[in-house]
Amino acid sequence: MKGALALRLAVLAALVGFLEALCRTGVIGAFTMQPPSRMLVDLWKLLTSGTLNAAIVKTLGNAGIACVSAVLLGLLAAVAIHALPRLREALDPLFATYYAIPMFAFYPLLIILFGLGSLPSIIIGFMLAIVAVIVNTLNGLDRVPGVLLKTARVVRLSRAAIAWRITLPFALPYVLTGVKFAVAYSLIGVIGSEFIMATDGMGYEIAFAYNNFDNATMYPLILMVLVVSIALNSAIGAWERRVLARRGRQA
Amino acid sequence: MSAQGGWRASAMLLAALLILWQLLYLVIGDIALRSPLQTVSHLVELFGSPRFWPHLTETVRAFGAAMLIATGAGLAIGFLLGLSRFAAAAFEPVLVALYSIPKVTLYPIVLLAFGLGMPAKIAFGAIHGLIPIALFTINGVRNVRPVFLKTGRVLRLSRLQMVRRVLLPAALPEIFSGLRIGFSLTLIGTILGEMFASQRGLGSLLMSAIGLHNLDVIMSVTLLIVAFAATVSGVLLAIDRRLRFRAR
Repeated sequence: MKGALALRLAVLAALVGFLEALCRTGVIGAFTMQPPSRMLVDLWKLLTSGTLNAAIVKTLGNAGIACVSAVLLGLLAAVAIHALPRLREALDPLFATYYAIPMFAFYPLLIILFGLGSLPSIIIGFMLAIVAVIVNTLNGLDRVPGVLLKTARVVRLSRAAIAWRITLPFALPYVLTGVKFAVAYSLIGVIGSEFIMATDGMGYEIAFAYNNFDNATMYPLILMVLVVSIALNSAIGAWERRVLARRGRQA
Repeated sequence: MSAQGGWRASAMLLAALLILWQLLYLVIGDIALRSPLQTVSHLVELFGSPRFWPHLTETVRAFGAAMLIATGAGLAIGFLLGLSRFAAAAFEPVLVALYSIPKVTLYPIVLLAFGLGMPAKIAFGAIHGLIPIALFTINGVRNVRPVFLKTGRVLRLSRLQMVRRVLLPAALPEIFSGLRIGFSLTLIGTILGEMFASQRGLGSLLMSAIGLHNLDVIMSVTLLIVAFAATVSGVLLAIDRRLRFRAR
């Protein structure tokens, strides 16, 4: 639907324009928010001056480590849990309440155990991300048609080969949904931890800028986190749609 | 799965988690952890202290308000977009994008917009819960069988009657799943809002305990939140399953 896309873009543009107008006319004060156009200019200045590049690289790198390890271990865990229905039955209530646990409460404990380096924040991001991968992968594994599994048994594939060649590829779109959440959760974990207690990183810089009324640093950094997460999210979404479209043609 | 099997599974999970916790405590020790027994006894102590109650009621009020807003706005958006294919095509991707952004990063903006205190944490909780409720409702309403809608139109139901008598009952299982997830996210959103943007409530109690390295308070407040969340979402999950089973 072309019209829908046009309407969406028009409404979003109107919203940004409205915000810009409110800021420019002073309805929203300069201490509250910068005009969106200023944010872009400030972000460009921030990136070219390079003062915060180390913090940006550190935070995005840590979130990347958390995300990739959560996806890999989450896939393994999901395959294992799927093979053990009783374990799964026991874990279901845990998965259902998992995201109501204030994970950041364990951050001080991790700092005591591992020091004030990157590791505690990576662990928080990892713990938040992994369950999203597990739950969505399980959802995908549940939908593998029986005929595929029977065929696999007829050609005598091993358990590992079945997972690698049949069930995981079939579950790919669902896994990708999990990966999208994993991206968001690893960013939440790492940046949130840096808000609480850290010596550098984007979360630390955002909190520092907030405390110093430095909107010219704070808004560009927030904008950047949002842009990075939305870009990754839509890239994975496009991949997901391509897989589903290819499948639709085969069926 | 029988209800009895479900209870047994939950009990086994609880026992396993307690054993794991106790083992971790034995390995790591007093420096970073408290044992389950110490945590529970400190929690009982907290409930006896008059200074704890204002924090608890503050959080309960903030969470209640956030949940009301998230439910009302989420259902409204869900029905509006669910009933129109065009509107859903235009705005559902925006909701999905908003759902996936790391919302903690927005806390300074929420703070600057709402100030330090109750409105900020209500807003923070509501933005966490609203989107999943809306997305699930859209999906539920969209998948209502067309014959129901046609029957409703034949009976000349008004828009409101259509929502109340046809759409809501037919889409209930899906909507309820949205509310279940919205509950968890609104709760964690409210607590996060309190951690970063408040001087009262369980979240800020947690945050100041983190600053003071007061393990007793950290562990018992976390236990309280988790126990509350687990109990409610356990009940919601059971209702959810029953609704889906009946719908089949």
